[in-house]
Amino acid sequence: MSSSGGGAMAVSPAPSGRLRAGSPAGSAGAGDRAARARKLGVRTAALGYLALLLLAPVLMIFYRTFEHGLAPVWSAITAPNAVHAFWLSLEIVAIAVPLNTVFGIGMALLLERGRFWGKGLLGLLIDLPFAISPVVVGLTLVLVYGKTGWFGNWLAGHGIQVIFSVPGMVIATAVVSLPFVARETMPVLRELGTDSEQAAETLGASAWQTFWRVTLPGIRWGVVYGVVLTTARALGEFGAVSIVSGRIEGQTQTLPLYVQDRFENFDPTGAYTAAVVLALLALATLLAMNMLTRHTRRRTPV
Amino acid sequence: MSPLQNSPGSVALGPRRAPRVGARGAGALGKGLLGIYLSALVLLPIAALLAKSSSGGTSAFWREISSPEAVAAIKLTLAATAIVVVINAVFGTLIAWVMVRDDFPGKRIVNSLIDLPFALPTIVAGVVLLALYGKGSPVGVNVAFTRASVGLALLFVTLPFVVRSVQPVLLELDLSMEEAAASLGARPLIVLRRIVLPSLVPAILSGVALSFARAVGEFGSLVLITGNLPFKTEAGSVYIFGQIQNENLPAAAAVSVVLLLAALVVLGSLSFLSRRASRHVL
Repeated sequence: MSSSGGGAMAVSPAPSGRLRAGSPAGSAGAGDRAARARKLGVRTAALGYLALLLLAPVLMIFYRTFEHGLAPVWSAITAPNAVHAFWLSLEIVAIAVPLNTVFGIGMALLLERGRFWGKGLLGLLIDLPFAISPVVVGLTLVLVYGKTGWFGNWLAGHGIQVIFSVPGMVIATAVVSLPFVARETMPVLRELGTDSEQAAETLGASAWQTFWRVTLPGIRWGVVYGVVLTTARALGEFGAVSIVSGRIEGQTQTLPLYVQDRFENFDPTGAYTAAVVLALLALATLLAMNMLTRHTRRRTPV
Repeated sequence: MSPLQNSPGSVALGPRRAPRVGARGAGALGKGLLGIYLSALVLLPIAALLAKSSSGGTSAFWREISSPEAVAAIKLTLAATAIVVVINAVFGTLIAWVMVRDDFPGKRIVNSLIDLPFALPTIVAGVVLLALYGKGSPVGVNVAFTRASVGLALLFVTLPFVVRSVQPVLLELDLSMEEAAASLGARPLIVLRRIVLPSLVPAILSGVALSFARAVGEFGSLVLITGNLPFKTEAGSVYIFGQIQNENLPAAAAVSVVLLLAALVVLGSLSFLSRRASRHVL
């Protein structure tokens, strides 16, 4: 592997553009062998890094979950708080993801097809949730909708509780997963072009018809990809939801919050089991993403 | 903008209808709803954050971010992030290289597993790392409640960024330049330094920028594994969380603004550098 390391140093004073001739001693066979050794070295380093950082820990959590057999796992899965957390997570996803899908397509259309003042600002606004810490997202929502927040008095006067209840958790989830649909749809929309839309229009289609029959079928895989990413993020969101939920057991506890709760209450099996459920959902997401790349050319095929 | 090529025939449409006015009204309604949605979710909350952080004036803001615990947390976050993005730049490029130029059994599976940290909930990332590198570790490595755990968690959650930004560029890279250099007798390291790396720098920088922004704000994966010990393993985001729990919102808002600015400055300057670097190549 290191056979070429020494040679490189000697070259540095050479004038740029002139590359030194190959080492006189090395025959073609030796060069091949060195190249193969280098390749193997790089492969070992890259795969070793992935194995230590990613693969081994993920496999370990499956082992830890099932090391005492299936019975404790079953009782952990059927624990009332776990079941409640699971359904609450799904409920939040069921509200936040459709909202972000509809508005995400709208934002993508506006950013790609619209011409208006402040377009750059809108683009920035949409990307902002990616640059902000989830904790900060939670904080900003408390500052607007919390009891001492901007709308706190008004909301309390109308008997609406946002922070420390489900509406706040839905909003927090929607914020952190906001950019995905728009960002995945925009490049597809750009590639699609406006030709067919214009053709539809000249043929007398209304804007609504053009959208449903021409634009949407053209961008559907981009949208679906965005929806998959949105769902994965929404299911797993922790920081923002943690702040606005108040973390009341059996009431405002989503599955990720339940994982933390079990861990901190010295119930590793409960924590590992819930974590494995979430990890399996993540793996399903990966599988879906993989299958979708056949329809979109967004990701690099290998 | 685009050349007007008529591609009729492919579109089957119903009978002609004319009510354009209704469509325009619907468009305006959609824009209005979108405006309300974005205001409620992003614009107003960010405005509230800025207002809160500046409500006590500059001196109050300064006092909040210069409290010893806040300083320690911000320092830890920035230092850990700096180390993590450098490691990401090296190993991310290496992994991208192997995924594009190398071939081995199971490569497709490995390639899709690289996205796992994006799909895995952050709290699960913390649990996963604890299962192997925590108390009772089967490999005898226990990083729980140490500063190393901060770096480990950040490395895990930011793993895909550099790989995924370098990979497409490497895939498009023209092999003939490298072959020409090699046939002229350039050693592999020279080819790497003079030909391959210069074309990859913009992609590496944009991956690093995304990693930086993500690492500075990371929270979920740190909560369990770092133990959140003030002055030792408490990262910036965890400090903010603590201040919110203590109802000390001005302190939380001030440190939030600092972290947000750090992320935006790095994102902005690296995207500038990356654009400049890409202009020098080809």
